[in-house]
Amino acid sequence: MKNVVCYINQFFAGIGGEDKADFEPEVRDGVAGPTAAINQGLKAQDAQVCKTIVCGDNFMSTHRDEAVQRILEALEGTEFDLFMAGPAFQAGRYGVACGEIGKAVAAKFKVPVITSMHPENPGVEMFKKEMYIMVGSHSAGSMKQDVDAMVKLAGKLLSGEELQGPEAEGYYQRGIRHQVWLKEPVQAADRAVDMLIAKATGKPYVSELIIPKKDLVPIAPAIKDLKHARIALMNTGGIVPVDNPDKIQSASATRWGRYDISGMDRLEGGVFKTIHAGFDPAAANADPNVIMPVDVMKEFLKEGKYGSLHPYFYTTVGTGTTQGEAKRMAKEIIPYLEEDHVDGVIMVST
Amino acid sequence: MVKEIERAGFPVVLMCNLLPVAQTVGVNRMVPTISIPYPLGDPGTSKEEQHKLRRARVEAALDGLATDIKKQTIFKTEI
Repeated sequence: MKNVVCYINQFFAGIGGEDKADFEPEVRDGVAGPTAAINQGLKAQDAQVCKTIVCGDNFMSTHRDEAVQRILEALEGTEFDLFMAGPAFQAGRYGVACGEIGKAVAAKFKVPVITSMHPENPGVEMFKKEMYIMVGSHSAGSMKQDVDAMVKLAGKLLSGEELQGPEAEGYYQRGIRHQVWLKEPVQAADRAVDMLIAKATGKPYVSELIIPKKDLVPIAPAIKDLKHARIALMNTGGIVPVDNPDKIQSASATRWGRYDISGMDRLEGGVFKTIHAGFDPAAANADPNVIMPVDVMKEFLKEGKYGSLHPYFYTTVGTGTTQGEAKRMAKEIIPYLEEDHVDGVIMVST
Repeated sequence: MVKEIERAGFPVVLMCNLLPVAQTVGVNRMVPTISIPYPLGDPGTSKEEQHKLRRARVEAALDGLATDIKKQTIFKTEI
């Protein structure tokens, strides 16, 4: 019987939502939440989930080193053959948490690690080289599908079956080069010339060494004279007037708003609030300045630290929002910044 | 969003908690915040402490906008 250790967050363990996201790491014997389904699937492979680790997403992101250390210590002395985390769907903090703990477990215990994330989960880019990340679904509605895919790969890894590469197995390319024996051998020089001819004549071809592209933006020049600069404030923490006049969605936002702050010294609770569904809103509702720091920006303005403040702040919600939508919303906002001769922007994200 | 704004030529500082994510997606100027639900003021501390922390972090962001950088940079904060 082979042993598998699983990692899930506080939500999937049934402990609670955002109000419990500070839940400290805990190692439980056997299954919890979705790891019951993983355990069920592993039976056919003569394997079982021997332990399930539960940790709050905020605890992992805010106290990463401590969380990782405590989990590694708790696993000492446990014999296991494979580590599985998630599936994390499009939940960004959860995906990053699965990646962080998976990377640490792989380094210490030398076992393969499997997780699952939607292509837009930031954890994919951060950790796909370190572990098998299955190409997962958007939300927990597809739990079964994502768990089944993880279990299928787990079976192959546990039985030592040869993998057929990322496309065939359904995980993100890890950037690891393998030697492959072609069934009908064609030597490298011939393959290269065939590829060159295809390229020169506009025919389709596939490179044998695809270089991944990182989308970096050229660094914008610094503001030369801060004392005369005009600054704009933005946030993805969902700070809006209490009636949310632009009906910005609490998750997977496609809308944004801008709100006049020229006549106020701070954002008052009860006048502004957060509509973000990705964290406990209590602190930001009581004092919206903890996300959109209008109070200290007004103070710095009076003290002459910078020249002037753009009269509006801009808001959307970052959780579950696709990169495509974020890009479009930014492009819609930019003309307002240009029109008002803004020199620099401070964005607060949650 | 930050990348599009910078692509349009505006220097921009991202104040956020998940710095590894910001670095991976290619944000150039960053200032750390203390958490996700309350980036700039822990409600478990006094109003004065929250305000002091917020001033320090926002000041780092303002100074960051006026700082020439050659590569992705996380600006240090006093508290």
